[in-house]
Amino acid sequence: MSKSAYSNPTKSGKLNTHIIVVWVDNEAGVLARVVGLFSGRGYNIESLAVAEVDSKRNISRITIVTTGTPEVIAQIKLQLKKLVPVHKVADFMRTDKMVIFKEMALIKVVGNNVKVNKAFIACKKFNPVILDKTKKSVVIQITALRREIDKLTKSLKSKGMVSVSRTGAVAMTRGSETFK
Amino acid sequence: MPKLYSGAEIVFKCLEDQKVSHLFGYPGGAVLPIYDELKNHPSIKHILVRHEQGAGHAAEGYARSTGKPGVVLVTSGPGATNVVTALTDAYMDSVPIVCISGQVPTHLIGTDAFQECDTTGITRPCTKHNWLVKKIEDLPKIMHDAFTVAISGRPGPVLVDIPKDIQFAKTVYKNFSNKVSKQNGKNHKSFSINEINKLIDLMSKSKKPVFYTGGGVVNSGPEASNLLRELVSMTGFPITSTLQGLGCFPGDDNQFLGMLGMHGTYEANNAMHDCDLMINIGARFDDRITGKIDEFSPKSKKVHIDIDPSSINKNIKVDLPIIGDVGEVMQSIIKTTKKNKPSFLKSNKQNIAKWWSQIDKWRAKKSLNFINSEKKIMPQHAVQRLYELTKKFDTYVTTEVGQHQMWAAQHYKFNKPNRWMTSGGLGTMGYGVPAAVGVQIAHPKKLVIDIAGEASVLMTMQEMSTAVQYNLPIKIFILNNEYMGMVRQWQELLHEKNYSESYSAALPDFVKLAEAYGCVGIRAKTPDELDEKILEMINVDKPVIFDCVVDQNENCFPMIPSGKPHNQMLLGPQDQKSKKISGEGKKLV
Repeated sequence: MSKSAYSNPTKSGKLNTHIIVVWVDNEAGVLARVVGLFSGRGYNIESLAVAEVDSKRNISRITIVTTGTPEVIAQIKLQLKKLVPVHKVADFMRTDKMVIFKEMALIKVVGNNVKVNKAFIACKKFNPVILDKTKKSVVIQITALRREIDKLTKSLKSKGMVSVSRTGAVAMTRGSETFK
Repeated sequence: MPKLYSGAEIVFKCLEDQKVSHLFGYPGGAVLPIYDELKNHPSIKHILVRHEQGAGHAAEGYARSTGKPGVVLVTSGPGATNVVTALTDAYMDSVPIVCISGQVPTHLIGTDAFQECDTTGITRPCTKHNWLVKKIEDLPKIMHDAFTVAISGRPGPVLVDIPKDIQFAKTVYKNFSNKVSKQNGKNHKSFSINEINKLIDLMSKSKKPVFYTGGGVVNSGPEASNLLRELVSMTGFPITSTLQGLGCFPGDDNQFLGMLGMHGTYEANNAMHDCDLMINIGARFDDRITGKIDEFSPKSKKVHIDIDPSSINKNIKVDLPIIGDVGEVMQSIIKTTKKNKPSFLKSNKQNIAKWWSQIDKWRAKKSLNFINSEKKIMPQHAVQRLYELTKKFDTYVTTEVGQHQMWAAQHYKFNKPNRWMTSGGLGTMGYGVPAAVGVQIAHPKKLVIDIAGEASVLMTMQEMSTAVQYNLPIKIFILNNEYMGMVRQWQELLHEKNYSESYSAALPDFVKLAEAYGCVGIRAKTPDELDEKILEMINVDKPVIFDCVVDQNENCFPMIPSGKPHNQMLLGPQDQKSKKISGEGKKLV
């Protein structure tokens, strides 16, 4: 038995990955409020993407990938909704087929033409776009899922990749519906 | 051309429009323009504290005892950091506070200027919302929004940080106080009649119901307490209350089981454990209430009525959540029951007769009993005598944090809401003296007592000076056992009597200290003189420090020992021998 007056931790349930989308007033400190809520209450952030989406109404859209038990995810949503600048909160399971998730990455490959071409071919499945090309290098833009980019960049390491820059995931529902 | 007002003037115009009558504060460089303006606004009285933490707790005492938001005014840097404890305390206990802080001029922000700190950054996790005013044009709306946010939904503290140049800058003033801002669609009244019907159905089927009420009933306003009384007497159900909820239901009523939780009564905790229907009204399943979560009230259907959606299912999964103002929900329950279930109102008392006879058996244990002494003053006895001698007055009680706080909660019976001010969530030692100052400011003619411990009281003792300055006859009733009593108790019960650093080997002479402050000092050493000295304290129309020298080794029982469910409580000294605590697990503290 414990000597503590606090209860012992109970077994935690299964962790699921969720994508939480938050519409907020784009005002000073709003990102700190959202991120501070996650760190202060011990929630995870796997990735984060934020930008203003409506400059007239000053609305930013924050997309957060997080993991947690169903109870924790429910708490995250309720706590987010309490923040004054938050308008609405949407939550999608990563496994949800009705939702599109995408991340973008910029990949720099250094090497001769052959090497660069090989790298480009490796990216073929992920909508590669060449943004910059010199005799010795190339910058390729790809869009894909997080795990796919993980895998790709791992394999490109031996193919002359010297640098990678990635965004967090963004999400949108399929079809004509929007989240209200 | 409309009239232009300076930022400092706008601050006061907003306070006037919000009908603020008192301001607790401490001046400093970055708020001087606001202090300069103070003289032009006679309807607002400034109370000069001795430390900004004191201003915060005084505002809490003011707010808790009146239901109106407390207003604090502090300077930048240390002024703001000193108030952080009080803001956190108010956040945990849902007390509406509007804190206005000065800030260095906008062009110096970020340069590590003198008395600069990132006030909005520091207070972000301990306020409902905060604002740094960057443009004078924003000030009127922000000030009024601050009040709206502080008092709406689940109340709490907010902070407005105003740079010094903004206090000088001028703009037009617009009164926003009557415009309810939309608050981004935040809704606090979403309960439906369907949920009410489900609850009434559960109530009519229940054989072992219990009401478990909390601070939400106080926050909902005095009418909520009246409705609670009506609901409880109408149903005949037993009721227990959290620390913060004391006073919403009369403490001496037969349906009241006393406080529940770690130091709650045997009957309250057993009723919570064995019930088949738990109706939580404005409480939040705090860990001091639930004990071991896995074994918390295993057989009950749980209903949770709360204005804060995030309180639902946070610690304990409930079967029926009802989100709304508890007063409005209770009104709906009472109305609907009377209309739709008159048969229930006739049969309910019979339905639960067996349950009451079980509760009476638990009650017969008399779990709050203690072994009194003729030589030494027992702390429980002191609180009981204080209660008996003050109950005919409309007394307001504040406390510090520790054993004395629990004894006060157990033995002082409250009959009205807003009479009991204590730091529950954060457990802030030093809360009681400044809170008593705030209460006495709001209720100048009433008897205000801080039931204190000698260790806690020293943390904010400087506020006695405030009490003297404003002729506030607060009574500081110190249960002096020379120990940090609750720490000592845990060390005795859980750490093999290793009393590590819990004894204060040097303490001031509280009687002389009182005299030094310009108050009255009284000391009681024996049970014989206790009553007479308490009466002396009550009859002095000055601030009093009462040094009540009590038994040093007394522990606060009953107690739910660590890692145990509600039905395995430690009772008084005799019971203890049979249930010795042993084992490991220090790491969790």
